Amino acid sequence: MVMTKTKVKAQEYSDISEGATLPDKLGHFGRFGGKFVPETIMPALDELEKAYLEAKKDTSFNAELEYYLREYVGRPSTLYYAERLTKKLGGAKIYLKREDLNHTGAHKINNTIGQILLAIRMGKKRIIAETGAGQHGVATATAAAMFGIECDVYMGEEDIKRQALNVFRMKLLGATVIPVASGSKTLKDATNEALRDWMSSVRNTHYIIGSVVGPHPYPMMVRDFQVIIGKEVKKQILEKEHRLPDYLIACVGGGSNSMGLFHPFIEDKEVNMIGVEAGGLGTEIGQHASTLTSGEIGILHGSASYVLQDDDGQTLPVHSISAGLDYPGVGPEHSYLKDIGRAEYVSITDDEAVKAFQDCARLEGIIPALEAAHAIAYTIKFAPKLSKDKIIVICLSGSGDKDSFEVAKKLGYKI
Amino acid sequence: MNRIDKKFQELKAKKTPAFIPFITAGDPDLQITKDLILEFEKRGADIIELGIPFSDPIADGPIIQASYYRALVKGAKVSHIFDMVSELRKKTEIPIVSMVSYSTIFKKGFSGFIENSVIAGLDGLTIPDLPVEENLELFEVARKHNFKVVCFVAPTTTDQRMALITQRAQGFLYYISVVGITGIRDKLPDDIIQNINKLKQMTNIPVAVGFGVSTSEHAKLIGTVADGVIVGSAIMREIENYAKEPPEKLVRCVGEFVGQLISGAKG
Repeated sequence: MVMTKTKVKAQEYSDISEGATLPDKLGHFGRFGGKFVPETIMPALDELEKAYLEAKKDTSFNAELEYYLREYVGRPSTLYYAERLTKKLGGAKIYLKREDLNHTGAHKINNTIGQILLAIRMGKKRIIAETGAGQHGVATATAAAMFGIECDVYMGEEDIKRQALNVFRMKLLGATVIPVASGSKTLKDATNEALRDWMSSVRNTHYIIGSVVGPHPYPMMVRDFQVIIGKEVKKQILEKEHRLPDYLIACVGGGSNSMGLFHPFIEDKEVNMIGVEAGGLGTEIGQHASTLTSGEIGILHGSASYVLQDDDGQTLPVHSISAGLDYPGVGPEHSYLKDIGRAEYVSITDDEAVKAFQDCARLEGIIPALEAAHAIAYTIKFAPKLSKDKIIVICLSGSGDKDSFEVAKKLGYKI
Repeated sequence: MNRIDKKFQELKAKKTPAFIPFITAGDPDLQITKDLILEFEKRGADIIELGIPFSDPIADGPIIQASYYRALVKGAKVSHIFDMVSELRKKTEIPIVSMVSYSTIFKKGFSGFIENSVIAGLDGLTIPDLPVEENLELFEVARKHNFKVVCFVAPTTTDQRMALITQRAQGFLYYISVVGITGIRDKLPDDIIQNINKLKQMTNIPVAVGFGVSTSEHAKLIGTVADGVIVGSAIMREIENYAKEPPEKLVRCVGEFVGQLISGAKG
C-alpha cells in the first residue's frame, strides 16, 4: 500500500483531519477569509468560534456527531465504481462518492447535524438558514425536526419557483420557509436576509450557514463538518485501489462538497483537484456564476474571496440552471487553493450539465443533482484524455430528484 | 481641525446635541441629494451622514435597502458621488460622513478611497461591515489625513470589545440603539438611556445614537443623554413618499420633516 505520510502541523486551528494549517486566528486564508460583519454580530461569532473549538476537542460531542452520522444519515456513503460511464468514456477509471445516498439526498446534512448539535450546546432556541436549491434548507429543517427546534429558512422567490418540491419538504418537516423578494431573489439574497434576521435575533438564534462561506468561523467549521467526505474517500480508495486517486472532481457553488472532498488530500501532492463552476448560458456578465474562473477578489457575505462584482464593489447578477451554484461568491479557502495553484477551477454550461444529468441516469441508473451534474459533465470531457490506469473520484453531492421538474421543462416534457 | 471635531466642540459649548440626518446619495438623484443636504443645513442639521448605495447591505432594513436599490438603478457610481460632494463644498462647510460598505472600499483600495474622499471634501466615513480589528492600516491612513473613521458600538458589544473600539474610534462613536437592522420603530429599547450612559463613561469621544430613531419624541429622548441623534429610515421614507412630486416640493416637505426632528432633538 502506497500512501505518502501526511504532515500534520500542530496549530490551534488545525483541523481534526489531516493537512489543515489554515485559517489563522482571525480566520484568514492568505488574503482571503476574515470577518466583515456589523459589530452587532461580532460577539456572536466570537461565542460560536469558542464553542466550536471546545466542542471539537470534546470526545462526547464527537461521539454524538458520529452516532447521528452513522445511524441517522447512513454514513459512510459508498464509493461506487461507475463502470459503464468509465467504459463509455474509454479513459480514466471513474468512482462516484455517493453523497446522494445520505438521508435527505445530499451532503448538506453532514454540516447541519454538526451545527445543530453545537447550537444545542450553546443553548440557542431557534435556527435560521439560507437555501438556494433547497438541499441545505431541507437538511436544516430535518435536523431541527429531529431535535425539536424552531426553524426558519430564507429562500429566494426565484428558487422557490424552481425548487417547489424542496419547499414542500421543508414545510412538511415543520420549518417556516420565508420567501425573499429582494435583489435577484436567489441564494445571495436569501443569505442577506438570513444575516439581517441574525442581526435582530442573535441572542437566542443560531444561523446555520450551508456552505464554506460567510465570516470566520463558518468557512472553517463547515469545512470541518464536511471533511468526512474526503476522509471516507481516502480510506475507501485505498481499500479498493491500494493507492490515492489522481483526480478529485466536484462542483463549486459556495464550495462545501468540494472542500469536504479536497481537504483531506491537500498535502497529498500527487492528487489533483478540480472544482467545477456554473458556466450558465455563456461568458457575458449575468449569464454565469463562474466566480473563481472569472471573478476578482472582493468582499461578500462577511469574507474576502473571489466574487463577481463591478468596479464599485456592487454584486453582479449571476445565472445557473442549478439553484445551488447560482451564487456570486465562493468560499475563501477555495480562493486560496486557486491562488497557490493547489486546485484548478473550470466551468461547465447549463446545457453540458443537463446532458450529463441524462447520461449519468442512463449509464449508471443514478439521477444526479444538477449541481453534481456539472462535475460529471467536466469528467465526460476530461476522462477520455487520460490513460486507463488513472483514477478519478467525483463527488456526487446530491440526488437529482429535486431537479426533475426543472430538467423536464428544459427538455420540453410536461409533467 | 477636522470639521467633525470642530462641530462637536461648538455644540458642547452650546450644550446641545448634534442632529445627524442620514440620506442615500442618488435617491431619487444626485442633484436632489445635494439640494436636500443644503436644505437640512438650513433647517439646523449639524452633520450629514451620506449613504453610498450598496447592492447587499446587511445592516439595513427594507427602507434603506429600497433607497440604495433605486439609487443604483439610477446609476449612482462612487465617482459621481465624490463629484457631488466636491460641488457641495463650494457652498457649505457642514461636516459630511459617508456610510459605505467595506465591499466598496476594498474594491477601490482603502488608501485610494480615503484619499479621494478627502479630496472630494468628506470628513469621515463609517463602515457598517468592518469590525475594528480587521484593517488597522485603514485607521492609520485615515489618521494621517485627519480623516475620521467612525466606529460602531452595539448593545451586544462586550466590555472587552468596547475597550478595543473606544481606543480606535475617531470623530464620534455610533451607538446602535437596537439589536437589529435599520428601520422605523415605534418604541426604543427600555435600557437605551442606561446603555448610552455606560458607553459615555468609557470614552471622551462624542456618542451619537442611531438605528430605529424615528420620531421627534425619540430624538428628544436620545438628545437628553447622547451627543448626537442620527435618523435615517424615517427620512428616507419621506423622500420615497415625495419621489413623484416636483423636486422643489420634495426638498421643502422632507426639509420640514427634518426640521421637526431637529426641534425634538434640540428640545
